[in-house]
Amino acid sequence: MGASFGVVAAANRTYSQGVMAFAVVVLPSAKSEISELRLVPAGAAGSQAPAVGFALVTEGAVSAQLKIDCSGLTDWDSGAVAWLFKLQKALLTTGRGFSVVGLPESARGLLELAGSVPERKGARRTSSSDPFLVRVGRSACELWEGFFSWCDFIGELVVALGRTLRGKARVPRRDIWLTIDECGPSALPIVTLISVLVGVILGFIGAQQLRQFGAEIYVANLVGIAMVREMGAIMAGIIMAGRTGAAFAAQLGTMQVNEEIDALKTFGFSPMEYLVVPRMIALIVMMPLLALYADVLGMLGGAIISSLALDISLERYVRQLATGVFLKDVVIGVAKSCVFGILIASAGCLCGMRCGRSASAVGLAVTSAVVSGIIAIVISDAFFAAICEALGV
Amino acid sequence: MVMPMASADHIVVENLTMKYGDFLIQKDLNFAIKRGDVFVIMGGSGCGKSTLLKHLIGLNSPAEGRVLYNGQSFWDSSMVEREALLRGMGILYQKGALWTSMTLAENVSMPIRQYTKTSEREIREIAEYKLALVGLAGFEDYFPSEISGGMQKRAGLARAMALDPEVLFFDEPSAGLDPVSSKLLDDLIIELNESTGATIVVVTHELPSIFAIAKSSVFLDPDTKTMIAFGPPKELLEKSNDPKVIEFLTRGERQERAA
Repeated sequence: MGASFGVVAAANRTYSQGVMAFAVVVLPSAKSEISELRLVPAGAAGSQAPAVGFALVTEGAVSAQLKIDCSGLTDWDSGAVAWLFKLQKALLTTGRGFSVVGLPESARGLLELAGSVPERKGARRTSSSDPFLVRVGRSACELWEGFFSWCDFIGELVVALGRTLRGKARVPRRDIWLTIDECGPSALPIVTLISVLVGVILGFIGAQQLRQFGAEIYVANLVGIAMVREMGAIMAGIIMAGRTGAAFAAQLGTMQVNEEIDALKTFGFSPMEYLVVPRMIALIVMMPLLALYADVLGMLGGAIISSLALDISLERYVRQLATGVFLKDVVIGVAKSCVFGILIASAGCLCGMRCGRSASAVGLAVTSAVVSGIIAIVISDAFFAAICEALGV
Repeated sequence: MVMPMASADHIVVENLTMKYGDFLIQKDLNFAIKRGDVFVIMGGSGCGKSTLLKHLIGLNSPAEGRVLYNGQSFWDSSMVEREALLRGMGILYQKGALWTSMTLAENVSMPIRQYTKTSEREIREIAEYKLALVGLAGFEDYFPSEISGGMQKRAGLARAMALDPEVLFFDEPSAGLDPVSSKLLDDLIIELNESTGATIVVVTHELPSIFAIAKSSVFLDPDTKTMIAFGPPKELLEKSNDPKVIEFLTRGERQERAA
């Protein structure tokens, strides 16, 4: 068998997996088939990388009974046995016989053990990629199911809130206060930083543009209205989605993993009333306050820019604000922030409650809580804009 | 806290089929658990033991069939009736499942505070007593994260017993415990059963536990997806002709007898 023999002569790569390297020698035979392979220590004369065995089997260049001589192997490791195991499977599936000689007793035992329990049918995962349309359909169905699960959650939540308002639910007061502390006072530093900077940025852009028309004083209107109607609520919302929404999802998700939520259910505590309602209440109460706080600090940021870059005194700035920003703007902003609070808390709690039972599931729950929280904020803000436009406010 | 009324059958499983979505776990389960028995649900890993437990304690709803408590079907009852049934159950979860934001005493107190009109001082006394029963006296004000896994499990048991339940469920009580602790827990289970008369349902595959505690048992088979044996484990070992049951009960060391 000239062709194979040529390969043998040419190849002197070694296959080194694990500690011991070994190589394969294909013995030339009179017929056109290979009937004997010999395993030798790597580097021996005429040796080649063992990958050749499989190519020969699949090309059908191996006789019905293949002999594998391992007596040349001085030592062996898992690499050699794994190779033999794979070759054995390849030979058996193509209906060929297989005999190993000279393999050390210990290695032979392991080879037999590996082959002793046949592969369970249907257990192997095949990475079949479905057709494009199937995948589109499946993700559409998942989206639809996700929507239903969300509706379910909202329904349960409304029932639980109703029971709470009627004083029938068992809502732990301590948890409300703890959550209020966690999502209110503790969030002030970052809300302060972000909203002052947003005010400064708005003021800076406004100053540059308005200076061209000599209307610098209207920076106050721009910053004031932008903060009060939009940015205060949105920035507070996004901060809280990343901070508190994520925390809710992580807390509830971990409780799900620890079976703590099961324990609540079997003790007859409704997780909705016990875990979700306090978090909802805390965030609904705190969001408007945080948004108002962000409004004030944003306007302060605008004042800083006005006095530094535009020479507008604080007094003039405040007077201009008073003529430019109306109560209705504040009400719109506060209403938005209430809605954002509901959305963030429900996104966080929903993702936490629907969390799977592994560590990576908690990570996924947190990610989707933050992402869906921010998406919900932006979408509902667009709705608010449309409604305000329609009402003419 | 055994009620002197009612028939001998405390929990009856009728025609139960369990599924996760479309995936069949077990089908056609029919058995009864006698009042005051220690009942073991056994079977190899992945046969649906814990899933059956979840169906018994109302966490999963059956795809078909019923679970009856004192003749009352759990899933056909109203929310209020179900809550009353749940109040009579205590469950020890596989990992303890203590509420991690509370101390051990608070964990035990919570159900008591919820369901009884007891003064705070008395609640604390009951909590201390229950923790002492499981050998955790002095650990009342520790948080679950500050104690070992075995202690968490025992604290979970104290919480499960908080309301003096009629029936106690144990999900793999000896999982993750060393042989001595696991033996102590078995002794505790027997002691509780004898002194309180509570019905006890244990999910386990630990042979020493099974033979030490079980008065009756059911064997779930993952291949045929149904129960293939019912009765006291020692009797099953002597009389069963099913090779799978014998293999399980003898750790596969006496297979020839089954033939």
